[in-house]
Amino acid sequence: MKADQEKLLNSYAGKIPLSVLEEIKENVPGTISKEKFQEVMDKCLIAYNNAKVHAGECVGLVAAESIGEPGTQMTLNTFHLAGVAEVQVTTGLPRIIEVFDARKGIKTPMMEIFLNKPYCLDVEKLRKFAATIKETKFEEFVSEYNLNIFDQNLTIKLNKELLDDNDLTVKDINGIIKTKVKNFSVSITDEVIVIGLKGKQDEIKDLYALKEKIKEVKVKGIKGLKQVLPVKRGEEYVILTAGTNLKDVLALSEVDSTRTVSNDIYEIYNVLGIEAARQAIIDEVYKVVESQGLNVNIRHVMLVADLMVANGTVKGITRYGVVSEKASVLARASFETPLKHLFNAALEGEVDNLTSVVENVMINQPVPIGTGLPGLVTKMK
Amino acid sequence: MADVYINSNFVGTVDDINHFVENVKDLRRKGSLPEEANIYHNSEANEVRIMCDEGRARRPLIIIKEGRSLLSEKHLKQLEDGEITWADLIRQGVVEYLDAGEEENALVAYTEEELTPEHTHLEITPGSISGIATALVPFGNFNQSSRLIIGSKNQKQALGFYAANYHIRMDMDANILHYPQFPLVKTKLHDVTDYDEHPSGQNMVVAIMCYDGYNMEDGVILNKGSIDRGLARSTYFRPVKAEELRYSGGLVDEISIPDKDVKGYRSEKDYGFLEGDGIIYPEAKVNEGDVIIGRTSPPRFLSSLDEYNLSAAIRRESSISLKHGERGVADFVFITENEEGNKLVQVRLREERIPEIGDKFTSRHGQKGVTGILVKPADIPFSSSGIIPDLIFTPHGISSRMTISHLVELVGGKVGALAGRFVDGTLFDSESEENIRTELLDLGFRSDGTEVFYDGRTGKQMLARIYVGNMYYLRLRHLVANKMQSRARGPIQLLTRQPTEGKAKEGGLRLGEMEKDVFIAHGASLLLKERFDSDKIDLPVCEKCGLVAVEDQYKNRKYCLMCGEDIEINYVEMSYAFKLLLDEIRSLCIYPKLNLKNKY
Repeated sequence: MKADQEKLLNSYAGKIPLSVLEEIKENVPGTISKEKFQEVMDKCLIAYNNAKVHAGECVGLVAAESIGEPGTQMTLNTFHLAGVAEVQVTTGLPRIIEVFDARKGIKTPMMEIFLNKPYCLDVEKLRKFAATIKETKFEEFVSEYNLNIFDQNLTIKLNKELLDDNDLTVKDINGIIKTKVKNFSVSITDEVIVIGLKGKQDEIKDLYALKEKIKEVKVKGIKGLKQVLPVKRGEEYVILTAGTNLKDVLALSEVDSTRTVSNDIYEIYNVLGIEAARQAIIDEVYKVVESQGLNVNIRHVMLVADLMVANGTVKGITRYGVVSEKASVLARASFETPLKHLFNAALEGEVDNLTSVVENVMINQPVPIGTGLPGLVTKMK
Repeated sequence: MADVYINSNFVGTVDDINHFVENVKDLRRKGSLPEEANIYHNSEANEVRIMCDEGRARRPLIIIKEGRSLLSEKHLKQLEDGEITWADLIRQGVVEYLDAGEEENALVAYTEEELTPEHTHLEITPGSISGIATALVPFGNFNQSSRLIIGSKNQKQALGFYAANYHIRMDMDANILHYPQFPLVKTKLHDVTDYDEHPSGQNMVVAIMCYDGYNMEDGVILNKGSIDRGLARSTYFRPVKAEELRYSGGLVDEISIPDKDVKGYRSEKDYGFLEGDGIIYPEAKVNEGDVIIGRTSPPRFLSSLDEYNLSAAIRRESSISLKHGERGVADFVFITENEEGNKLVQVRLREERIPEIGDKFTSRHGQKGVTGILVKPADIPFSSSGIIPDLIFTPHGISSRMTISHLVELVGGKVGALAGRFVDGTLFDSESEENIRTELLDLGFRSDGTEVFYDGRTGKQMLARIYVGNMYYLRLRHLVANKMQSRARGPIQLLTRQPTEGKAKEGGLRLGEMEKDVFIAHGASLLLKERFDSDKIDLPVCEKCGLVAVEDQYKNRKYCLMCGEDIEINYVEMSYAFKLLLDEIRSLCIYPKLNLKNKY
């Protein structure tokens, strides 16, 4: 690109967004004459301005309808991927509702872990790595529990084969158990752990409670990753997991932290921040929309996502989230729990300025949208 | 060993389960146990359940012993000669009824050919997988099951000759089809159920073709000539009822022509049809608003003083008159008493219903359609032999729904009409399509059922040959005359001042929540406001307290209930429903103050 072209391009900086300018720069051949280039820029500016949303355009409602209408079709043909080897995931309308409601604790938390070079191509290495990150609990290595009432002790027999499979030794287990079990006497002889009472006042009940507690103790892996599944994606291999722990997974050097994702919006918000959460909402919703073979313009989803993250935290489209932020009492009351909103408004002496759509429909006044938006101002002499 | 239950009550155990079960069945077949009893061995739960209570759906099957049907040729002969009946077959243990439980233990063969020693029962006919209404669909085995279901549902809505004593009955919404016919293409069920005693359709000449666009999207085109000659014509009956109710204090309604000084007296003309007893005379042609039964009632709220000077003046008019859009002829007057001993008067109205645009028709194959146009007989396409169809059905209805039986009935009906016989289309047991087609060929027609047709308007031969034949068509009870309604202005509800709802109340068509969204999304803000103006009101609002003020037009003064007369009052335009909302909010002890300011 020649210098004068560059200059001309830069003069459009305020009028056309940078990403579009970049695109022009990439696609326009350098051999083009100045006049031609000017013409290209003029046409681009016109095209860009034509593509802008007009003032008074009702984008919110159009977005709502555009997502809502295909949503009604989705309820009928939500199909389950039964028997497929992949991890079971919530899809269809339930998933969309989950994302838009910004629920904490989603039904099927899941991660897609991308890996760095040697791991993502070699199945064996990948398998090994996958096994190391899977959360493994103590109970999985136990072949037998024995609560002996006469001897007042708990005998736990370990499964040696399983330990070997996981590259663990009895010694490793010993270390973990010792740190977790206090106020009890622990003795470990090859494959058998004997836990006895220390004080006289302790009862066999405590041993039982300990047994239940000890089952849940994490032996190795990353907390929360209940299932790992290596899957081929194109050329490379990725790991799908049931359960998420984005923070700990991203810390691993084997993991490609630029591509690894979780499907838990809140987790992404906490680990990566609000912009990432916005993108996650868009991706997650659009994934469902696409998987159902529906045709929803991504801008509608983007608008909803923008609304949800607008004040820096993730807010769901519920009466506790986005709706509670509405300025108008009447608009809030017309959504859900009207009495609660009316009482609170009365207590605070709230004033409704009737500036938005819903309340104006209620009182039968022109809604400030489209033809209802412009007013005439006269200069008084 | 298994537990034994009788009607779900535990009674004991048995050791030799199979022997026990067989024994019970044998005893039932021999008649020692009631025929209604069924026994079911649930091997998973290891229990034997004997059921003889009510409410179990049961169906008859022929009993098989050692791979051979107990129903012999001899039985069939005897049945034919009328020597034995169905009950005898049950008594002899040839046929028995199984309930859902015992069916679990049975192995049922569809046909005699597939019998093996393992089989315990044989279907009486393979068609018994369907119910009565479904079995009335001819050639049903050519169809998808879903279409069969729709077809049988449609038949239940057909106008016909539903009861021979209809003229002395007072059924709500009764329809009688004029000149109903027995179908040319019938099934065995039509014979068994005496369908000729209560038929509900007519055999029409049907052409499957397009005629301009009038039969697109499930439309049907009717021949005006056929309609004028009485095709698918019906009569609609509807009773109007009035009762002399008794109230506390010995007061009663009175069926009579109301006195002129009765509260709510209409005009003399409105009572014109009433005879001396206050009831309309038969064969009176009535229109909306006409009084059918004159009646007066005692006043609604009586104070103790009023009881002593009951005069006609305070009685109130409560006559029964025709509602908006109703008309007819008083057909039959019926005076009787109801269960409480009150005088009950019923007047049956009658109205002839000639098929018109919007009436619903269907064949028996789930191929319903709405009349799109009535075509003059001169303009109807005709075949080279001069046959013109009564009804033109669209070819696009066939391809997606795959109702082959519709097509087969059409040739079947054609053969039936030409050969002068009935064609059998029983489920799984019909005449073969091939035979029908060869017979059609023998009768001098093309075996594929098509004929050369000419356009009635131009006289030109049509490019394609038209598939034409006779079909049994039903007129369904959804008549436009009962449903058609429109409103520009009309009655409103007292509470909300919004238009009433429903046809009977001359209601408006609601512009609902989603329709509202369309207006907003389009940005048609002012149009939306206009559409929602039905309950608009200019309310006087007090500037000071922001509550609704009072405007007394008699005394020509305005005042605020809170702030008195010395106050500035402004008029605010809003929907009455919103004023109601403000009132309701006030009833919650919340003060909804309207802050008035200039909009601009």
